[in-house]
Amino acid sequence: MQSVRPYLAAFRTRFQLMLQYRAAALAGFATQCWWGAIRIMVFAAFYGVHAAAAPISLADAITYIWLGQALLALLPWLADPEIGQAVRTGGVGYDRLRPLDAYGFWYARTLGWMLARAVPRAVLMLLAAGIVLPLVGLGAWAWRPPSGMAAALLFLPAFVLMTALAAAVLMLANIVVAASLNERGVNAVLTPLVIVFSGSLLPLDFFPDALRPFLHVQPFAGLVDIPFRIYFADLGGGAALQGLALQAGWTVVLVGLGRLAMERMMRRLEMQGG
Amino acid sequence: MLQILVEALAKTYRVAERAPGLAGAVRGLVRRRWREVHALVDVSFSLEAGELLAFIGPNGAGKSTTVKILSGILRPTSGRVEVGGLVPYEDRVRHVARIGVVFGQRSQLWWDLPVLDGFDLLADIYRVDPAHYRRRRDELVAMLRLEPLLGQPVRQLSLGQRMRAEFAAALLHDPAILFLDEPTIGLDAPSKLAVRAFVRRLNREQGVTVLITTHDMHDVEALAERVIVIGQGRLLADGPFESLRASVLAERRLYIDFAGPAPELEIRGVTVRTRTERSLELAFDPAVIATPKLIAAIATQHAVEDIHVDEPAIEEVITRFYDLHDAREA
Repeated sequence: MQSVRPYLAAFRTRFQLMLQYRAAALAGFATQCWWGAIRIMVFAAFYGVHAAAAPISLADAITYIWLGQALLALLPWLADPEIGQAVRTGGVGYDRLRPLDAYGFWYARTLGWMLARAVPRAVLMLLAAGIVLPLVGLGAWAWRPPSGMAAALLFLPAFVLMTALAAAVLMLANIVVAASLNERGVNAVLTPLVIVFSGSLLPLDFFPDALRPFLHVQPFAGLVDIPFRIYFADLGGGAALQGLALQAGWTVVLVGLGRLAMERMMRRLEMQGG
Repeated sequence: MLQILVEALAKTYRVAERAPGLAGAVRGLVRRRWREVHALVDVSFSLEAGELLAFIGPNGAGKSTTVKILSGILRPTSGRVEVGGLVPYEDRVRHVARIGVVFGQRSQLWWDLPVLDGFDLLADIYRVDPAHYRRRRDELVAMLRLEPLLGQPVRQLSLGQRMRAEFAAALLHDPAILFLDEPTIGLDAPSKLAVRAFVRRLNREQGVTVLITTHDMHDVEALAERVIVIGQGRLLADGPFESLRASVLAERRLYIDFAGPAPELEIRGVTVRTRTERSLELAFDPAVIATPKLIAAIATQHAVEDIHVDEPAIEEVITRFYDLHDAREA
């Protein structure tokens, strides 16, 4: 217990601090409702013409979109702003003075930041798209529960792994930010990469056949495509376990890479001034 | 017991350099020129447990670099460093658990957290035993008069209040060594006095070894028995502050207000520094002409209204010392 105490404290503090930003959560929720509605209309139009060509049903596609909008803040498409700030203000120096594993310390804080942004938005989205929409007679456009008990149970570890993987991706971005003293470049590259390759923009099965073997094994698939397909039982049984293994494997690889990069970066770190 | 050992310490930074202006920027894209900056050159000293050492030197002298190496943030280019038997940058985690650091220009407390929450978080980070933490916290809160501030977010504190909270934050885990990097910078007079009194108490009563860097010579005068002067990365002097002062400047000042116009004075060993219509400021060396003799010489010949003797300001002593060693920042 003593060994994880600092990391839990770092996580908890960041989570609590971020949770204060109610206006940001509401604004994010409103934006994501708006985009969700637009994307559903686009999909509906597409299904109206080409339903046979679609790899998943319209109902699944709609749930996919709501789920994606609800968990958007869990996607690692922006480096943790606290890291950029710490680098600019020299707070990184103080981080080096803590008797902690530097990677673990940042990871815990980044995780707290991500989850604190995601949780209120997800709860609001679930209320709006999962409960209010069916109640007002728009059930066809609603966020539906997982397809069966097995899917629901499998989605839990998939969700945990998607969060862990997302934090590992963010950590790599954070380290580049710390090394380059600027987050704009990192975010400009990261955002489109993550949005496209995670399946957030479009389920990966909608991409051309030739790309799919690659798309299904690259790390970003574990952020959206795999957990969401587990949710509506598109991936079940052995395929689901394979998906979980892929998520776990990439998490381990990216955490390992991040630790190496961080070690290197910290060795080179030079504090400015006097 | 030897607590800090520094031998032949050197730190060299490589900085990219470019000619000013657009042409320089374009050339810099193609071919980058590097310049080596020697922040520290062959610095050696040692410190016993329980000592209080002040590091002084002009801006850019290498004071902060030394503190950052000793605290484990930076690794040196060469040389040997041991603090409490550990090499700070090799054994960082074990080392930093035993030291406390206050950077006067930075904050280690969390801007948006109330002071008390920040302390709680630090206790978690340093894995301080809860009962011990409460005792230590209450002790520091009493010493630094933090009680009324505990519920306030750090961003609402004045600089003086914040520095007091920073000191408590650096000491919650009972470090044996405290590094203070310009802790009084920007503070008002009462806050400076409070900080000095606290540091002295900490050093004398609790035996904490203190290494402080500062520009404020009154800090040095009030606190340190021993002073290291550093300039352009080199160690210029290491010894008691009084002997530093004596070695640099034995000079005295005499300030005289006359009843009438200030006279012309021709006395051996005395120079006129400033002159107004009815007053003079004289510089003299007491070894050449004793103070009572000089005063008598003037008072018997001229109508004097007021007279007093002073030592040159501490800042002046130090500036002369830097000039003597050609150590002022370029």
